[in-house]
Amino acid sequence: MTGRREAMNRIWVEIDNLHKCFGKNEVLKGINMSIRRQDVVCLLGPSGAGKSTLLRCINRLEEPTSGRVFIDGEEITAHGVDLNYMRSEIGMVFQNFNLFPHLNALENCTLALIKVRKMRKKEAEQRARDMLRQVGLENKADSKPKELSGGQQQRVAIARALSMNPKLMLFDEPTSALDPELIGEVLDTMIDLAEKGMTMIVVTHEMGFARKAATRVSVLDHGLILEDNTPDKVFDAPEHPRTKEFLSKIL
Amino acid sequence: MESLIYNFFNVEVMIRARYLLWLGLQVTLKLAFVSLLFAVLAGLFLAVIRSLGIRFLNVLIIIYVDLFRALPTIVLFMLVYFTWPYFGISLPRYWSAVVALTINGGAYFEEIFRAGIESIDEGQTEAARALGLSFTQNMFSVILPQAIRVVLPPATSNALELIKTTVLASVIALPELMKQAQQAHGSLANPTPLIMAALIFLVLLWPLVRLTGYLERRFAK
Repeated sequence: MTGRREAMNRIWVEIDNLHKCFGKNEVLKGINMSIRRQDVVCLLGPSGAGKSTLLRCINRLEEPTSGRVFIDGEEITAHGVDLNYMRSEIGMVFQNFNLFPHLNALENCTLALIKVRKMRKKEAEQRARDMLRQVGLENKADSKPKELSGGQQQRVAIARALSMNPKLMLFDEPTSALDPELIGEVLDTMIDLAEKGMTMIVVTHEMGFARKAATRVSVLDHGLILEDNTPDKVFDAPEHPRTKEFLSKIL
Repeated sequence: MESLIYNFFNVEVMIRARYLLWLGLQVTLKLAFVSLLFAVLAGLFLAVIRSLGIRFLNVLIIIYVDLFRALPTIVLFMLVYFTWPYFGISLPRYWSAVVALTINGGAYFEEIFRAGIESIDEGQTEAARALGLSFTQNMFSVILPQAIRVVLPPATSNALELIKTTVLASVIALPELMKQAQQAHGSLANPTPLIMAALIFLVLLWPLVRLTGYLERRFAK
């Protein structure tokens, strides 16, 4: 697998000197990252380090104060870009799932296909069913979110994002709101996705997942990247003392 | 007893007044329906604009809402009909009434819809925008279909108020139901037409009162 990944060494996501301030509070202090196609990057770090903010700046759910973000060579932070279309090519999975409660699982997946991609309903449903099958929930297509367990809801949310055939998937603490016994099914879905070659950026506290699926681990602290390396190097031989300190608390 | 029947339930007067009241009822229904439609649309439009979060526009909307919630509706009717002509805007009675009811009702509907929109979790908008939905697509496909549950009970109640308020159009001599009843009362020298008008309003609005109660119970959960 490593060989295949190295073969796909094209820069897929480029983050260039990204800053984000909330009022006087500077949450991101100049982030630089180059992410290659099929990379699975886990963002770790203490709470308040700016992980979620960084993730949300990538699809501009948060507007960066300065700096640039490129997806597949296209600058999403540029003025006058078709932001809605670019966003539709970046899947996002949230801590609280954020499924649309008035729509069933299938409609959750078809909504943006029909509205943003102008796909015909039949075609969209076909695609949505394929994606629900991929996350193992084909038989829940007609269920409303409230009829599903937390783990199932998050898998539907993953299917919803996948339906758009995204270039990149962002995960914002996808298992933090789940009961412990439901975390596994979501992580398995994500590992499966990583193995299929999806480019992923994952904010998580699940070290097991980071070790198993990540190609890179980036440790953030106080709005800066402390460490950016393979999981083995970061976990077993961290360079920065702050990384050691942080890892000792969560491992 | 006989005098009670003679004064309030006089069959002969009923027969003679029925045509006038029928005309009045038609005007009332038309006025209520058209004003309600415009007021709902105005309120919805303003609430959606307000959710854009543009400070300048929000201040304007807040001023509008405050102003017309504070102003007695009967004053508004008179302002629109009697003072606007001095500024070159001269509307017939019916349209003056529609404008007054729309301005007034729109202010209340704006508040109701805004509360409904704001009751929906921020995460819904984030998920929709992350999928590439535009502001409008998010509003109409994600937010409003959910907000309707919150909005329906108070909106129905407000609709009821608006329909009742149509009687105030009698101050600008629009021949709606109440005006016609007063007219018949005067010309026939018998208050039976007033009772008839009251009964017609009861029959018309009582089901709506029940509906409001039902919706409040149903969506309370």
